[in-house]
Amino acid sequence: MLFFVARRLLYLVPVLIAVSVLTFVIASLLPGDLAYVILGDQATPENVAALRHDMGLDLPIWQRYFGWLWQILQGDFGRSFRTGQTVLQAVSERVPVSFELMIFAELIGLAIGVPLAIACAAKAGSAFDRLMTGSAFGMLSVPTFLSAILLIYLFAVELRWLPATGYVPFTEDPIANLRFMVLPALTLALAEWPGIMRVLRSDMIAALQEDYIALAKAKGLKPSRILFVHALKPSSLTLVTITGINIGRLIGGTVIVETIFALPGIGRLLVGAIYTRDLIILQGVVLLVAAGFVIMNFIVDMLYAVLDPRIRHGHA
Amino acid sequence: MATLELSLDETATAPPKRGRRLGTLFWVAIGWMLLVFAVAICADLLPLPSPTDMDMLERRAPFSAEHWLGTDGLGRDELSRLIYGARISLIVGLCAPVIGLVFGGALGMLAGYFRGRFESIVVGSMDVLLAFPPLILALAVTAYLGQSIFNLTCILGVLGIPAFMRVARAATLSLARREFVIAAQALGATHARILLRELLPNVLLPLLAFFLLAVAVTIVVEGALSFLGLGVPPPISSWGSMIGEGRESLDVAPRLAFLPAIAMFLTVLSFNLIGDTMRALTDPRQGAL
Amino acid sequence: MSGAALLSVENAVVDLPTPRGNLRAVDHVDLAVGAGKTLGIVGESGCGKTMLSRAILQLLPKKAKLSGRVMFDGQDLPALPAEKLRRLRGRSLAVVFQDPMTSLNPVLTIGTQLTETMQEHLELDLGKARQRAIELLAAVGIPAPEQRLSQYPHQLSGGMRQRVAIAVALSCEPKLLIADEPTTALDVTIQAQILDLLAREQQRRHMAMIIITHDLGVVAGRTDEVAVMYAGRVVERAPTPSLFKQMRMPYTEALLAALPKLDAAPHTPLPAISGRPPDPTRPLKGCSFSPRCRYSAGRCGTEKPHLSAAEAPDHLYACFHPITAGADA
Repeated sequence: MLFFVARRLLYLVPVLIAVSVLTFVIASLLPGDLAYVILGDQATPENVAALRHDMGLDLPIWQRYFGWLWQILQGDFGRSFRTGQTVLQAVSERVPVSFELMIFAELIGLAIGVPLAIACAAKAGSAFDRLMTGSAFGMLSVPTFLSAILLIYLFAVELRWLPATGYVPFTEDPIANLRFMVLPALTLALAEWPGIMRVLRSDMIAALQEDYIALAKAKGLKPSRILFVHALKPSSLTLVTITGINIGRLIGGTVIVETIFALPGIGRLLVGAIYTRDLIILQGVVLLVAAGFVIMNFIVDMLYAVLDPRIRHGHA
Repeated sequence: MATLELSLDETATAPPKRGRRLGTLFWVAIGWMLLVFAVAICADLLPLPSPTDMDMLERRAPFSAEHWLGTDGLGRDELSRLIYGARISLIVGLCAPVIGLVFGGALGMLAGYFRGRFESIVVGSMDVLLAFPPLILALAVTAYLGQSIFNLTCILGVLGIPAFMRVARAATLSLARREFVIAAQALGATHARILLRELLPNVLLPLLAFFLLAVAVTIVVEGALSFLGLGVPPPISSWGSMIGEGRESLDVAPRLAFLPAIAMFLTVLSFNLIGDTMRALTDPRQGAL
Repeated sequence: MSGAALLSVENAVVDLPTPRGNLRAVDHVDLAVGAGKTLGIVGESGCGKTMLSRAILQLLPKKAKLSGRVMFDGQDLPALPAEKLRRLRGRSLAVVFQDPMTSLNPVLTIGTQLTETMQEHLELDLGKARQRAIELLAAVGIPAPEQRLSQYPHQLSGGMRQRVAIAVALSCEPKLLIADEPTTALDVTIQAQILDLLAREQQRRHMAMIIITHDLGVVAGRTDEVAVMYAGRVVERAPTPSLFKQMRMPYTEALLAALPKLDAAPHTPLPAISGRPPDPTRPLKGCSFSPRCRYSAGRCGTEKPHLSAAEAPDHLYACFHPITAGADA
């Protein structure tokens, strides 16, 4: 187990380095020069040359990369030339919003997907099962921004039950916070449950055909125990895997949902930085999100190992 | 509660039923796809008003003989914009996965065939690409590179390479040890010949099935980017940007958001349905997935 | 088929619809096991013996159709409501499956899998159930039983797992234990140990037992009666001693001949049974074994022989040309 963790941790290092290289390369794809962007209207050749020198933009690219990496390792991700805020400040202000949204969304997704998966697996092939698998398949074709529009139209424009945009921190007013969070989280959850349901359902159907289920029936156990303990427990590992796979899409969805519902999260920060061409913030956010994504995947891997007794005892 | 008894061995009966059920839907999907392709290709020949001509006096006009689906917030013909938008969705949606198919397919086959160090390097570099949430990477690259259909297609194409690589590599790995490949090797066939003549025809089928699913995903991502105003640059109409513009008038003219939304949903669903059916056909151990 | 039998299978037919047509897995089978007795069911793989055992346990695949009666302890199992059946299974009717690698749940501890049956049927509290689980593990020959309770199946060897599966089956003192190829998946060196364990526990607990196997050597000396199955039918049935003294059915003879003999010279080729069992979706008109039978002649190919007694009333066989005493085997 320790060896397993150590090996995965070692693998993390080159991936993170590669992520930083790629982020840097993308940022240097910028046609023209960062100095022009920063100076905007005031860009005269002299100004530009001076700023280029100040920012080290006249150095060769690999020198700039190592300089940048060195700053990052010291915790300096740069500072917005628009607002003066540092990247770390901006990100740490907004991370709680995005996390709340993602966790809320994943919980709703699980709350819809898991019971449906169990019900469908228990009655595989029934009309109910076919209806639900069909709906899940259809839902997979509904992009996040479509369900967002639909939910806004339904609950904010027509029924006027919930606000379409806005945000209040949870610490200020928990109820208002949840009211603002419901629609965004539901939007993301609508994209999450079909995947959860489909994978868990097929996994449980496979589990229900296993010998150990036949033995559990032969042991005269209650059907509920067979379903929830003997079949669901092995499949619950799959849930961890799905959650891991979903993180990437969830982050992407968060960007869209935060923009639509005007939630001050990381995604909104990112899109805002693009709109205002705040390229330092953009670079820092992309790097941090990617690094966070890599680390989250690592945690999911670890969680999987902890949950599966076969890996836990070194029978990988 | 005899429900548990019902489930045993049920999947053995499910696929045929499923196949038949998808059968009708499958042809409806094909029909819709043909329609979208046809209008997108013939857009210039159709007697349509220009998709970019504004008519400020006729903003958000309802359905009429002149404007079949009314006009949008700037008085542009909605139907015409829908049809020209289909072009964008299809161009980006088809071209980007081609990039993924060609590069990802080639890398995956080479990695699966030659194994060893080359495979490790390919898989490792794909892991790095996968270390970015796809939408974030697409947003970042378009932000730096600038918005254009060409840039957008290239980025979405590159993002698809890892997935195609995995499909091709998995298929190649399972085929490379089969008799017909070993026989070809024993007969002294060159690597190139084995890869192109023996492996490619067999790897191509799962790749093409995956291609259709990738088209669906690409259309969605293109839509999302355009929706955010970061995809195709205006005034070119795209379903995503139309939905984004329609969002502003959701309270007065919801159809401006919902018409392109329905077009997009049906198209994505069609590609998914056809791709899923093809995958079920090419994958013998098709489970409930 | 005395009325006192604990289990009697009467005219059991199992049909399985397949894409290639109907598959008759079990074809008009009659069997009976008295309380405390042992029955061996022997046949090649695919002969329907596992389907028969699943039919007895009411664990057939959903599509499968069972007709006929399965009387257990005075109750007709197929007609029993699900809840009553559930209270019977694991309590008075227990089973040990072939492969202990797959029949134990990989993510539940040995302790959980042992105690849950007892908690369900004997209404023991967890402490008592654990105590009994430890005793059971010790009884089936597992060292350090207390530590095993918190272990998972993958931490045990195949033989140990099968012992655990036997302990699970024995946990509620069943009246009948069905052992479906209990040693096939195990190392040869372990097989005899497991079989002896089963025999010992069967004697000690006075339970009836059905051993299903493809190996005539397994049932010899360990059973009271043997039924030989071929292509879904019982083709020969007799008390074990009389079967081994004089087998009538050429198929039984061929099965025995296919066993390696310890006293044979090295490198003696085993007389394998040539050909394959018939396609069960395309039943033959005559005796199913006739295409592979060296005695096949005349009506063997056109008419089905019935299972009937000839010389001794308890020795039944289905053959037109039975092997007679004195003929070489």
